Amino acid sequence: MTDALTLVSLLLVAASATAAVAVRDPARQALVLAVLGLALAVLFTVVQAPDVGLSQLAVGSALTPLLILLSVRKVRRRGQHEGGDR
Amino acid sequence: MSRRMRMWVLATGGLAVAVLLVAGYARLPHFGGAVHPYGERAVSAALARHTANVISSVNFDLRAFDTLGEETILFGAVLGTVVLLRQTRDEREVPPAPAEVAPPVRRYALIMLPVALLTGLYVVAHGQLSPGGGFQGGVVVATALHLLYIGADYRALEKIRPVGTYEVGDAAGEAAYLVLGVAGLLGGSAFLANTLLPYGTFNTLASGGTVPLLNAAVGMEVACAVVVLLARFLDQAVEIEEDNGSAMGKES
Amino acid sequence: MNTVPYLVAGWIFLVGCYGLATSRHLVHAVGCLTVCQSSTYVLLLAVGYRDGGTAPVFSDVTPGSRPLVDPVVQALALTDVVVGATVTALLLALVMQVAKRHGTVNPDELSELRG
Repeated sequence: MTDALTLVSLLLVAASATAAVAVRDPARQALVLAVLGLALAVLFTVVQAPDVGLSQLAVGSALTPLLILLSVRKVRRRGQHEGGDR
Repeated sequence: MSRRMRMWVLATGGLAVAVLLVAGYARLPHFGGAVHPYGERAVSAALARHTANVISSVNFDLRAFDTLGEETILFGAVLGTVVLLRQTRDEREVPPAPAEVAPPVRRYALIMLPVALLTGLYVVAHGQLSPGGGFQGGVVVATALHLLYIGADYRALEKIRPVGTYEVGDAAGEAAYLVLGVAGLLGGSAFLANTLLPYGTFNTLASGGTVPLLNAAVGMEVACAVVVLLARFLDQAVEIEEDNGSAMGKES
Repeated sequence: MNTVPYLVAGWIFLVGCYGLATSRHLVHAVGCLTVCQSSTYVLLLAVGYRDGGTAPVFSDVTPGSRPLVDPVVQALALTDVVVGATVTALLLALVMQVAKRHGTVNPDELSELRG
């Protein structure tokens, strides 16, 4: 049972990592990276590493994607003036 | 190098790395094996020092010097980001217009803000007992504050977030870690050695000697570091705009 | 099942390297680097796992009552997750500077500028 769970979460991690590389638009990539962070957190919990899972959950699914989205916005905003969404 | 040439180099290198990795994996202990010499020694050392969360004990006691290195990388990275993203002479600040927030979003964010903040502080405080600690809790506390940006607007966030104070807090966290290390030295043993305080009763908040203190120092540093980082990035993305006609090659 | 986690770690690393080498956008390249980074966590935790083991946290487990997974590798991965995020932030700050000075974030165009 644990083996099956580990296997599924490993495959989930591999698939989302592949997707994160394959998605070429950085803004979309940030969202896929958030999914990868979640998948990693699940995997770490399954292999009995709750501490690492917790930090991966906070960093991988919230902080890193947010930083990437903000950088994309700054890079895109150059030369064009726009307001509105985050 | 042409694109085709590059792909060939990449494929060759990737294949070689893959072969090396597989050859290395064949000689690793099997996944799920029962032999963990370092792990067993770490567990008995943590129990001897009354620290219930062995991972915190490894981080803040057995390998505390290593954590000092990690912390310094963190501090250096934040310092570098602050220097790189400062406002330059050819940029100006444009305060963002207050935006309308949908009432359910506002309600949810403002209810969640104290809950998330408290969760983060709890995770930091109980690092030596249960899964968690300064690194994780710090990130939770810092990101929780930013719910205010979702619930209200950027100006409200800026009010509760004087960046200067958090920069000082970041440095103070790093300094506190160093001071605790030197205190061990002055107390008659080695740098960062956990001999200063009594180990306390197992599985209570005040157990583990200096582990809770080092944990709190790291929590403070990480929380302040993440707040400062996000502040710089938000400033760049939301507020700072360039003056016209300075797109290429301008020194900052 | 014996080597699957190791192979997955290797796959994530190689996929991340492929993304780094073929990226057309520096922000995307930084994202690929974080993918590479996550492979090390998978490898470390896979080395430390023990069948039927539980997390090395004694707040609700009596010491000695159950086999434990290796806490040392977990401590290594845990600090790196957070420190890695701040290094990612530093790289993103560098990307913003590149965008500001050269007006492009495409690595190919950047090397043309230099040559």
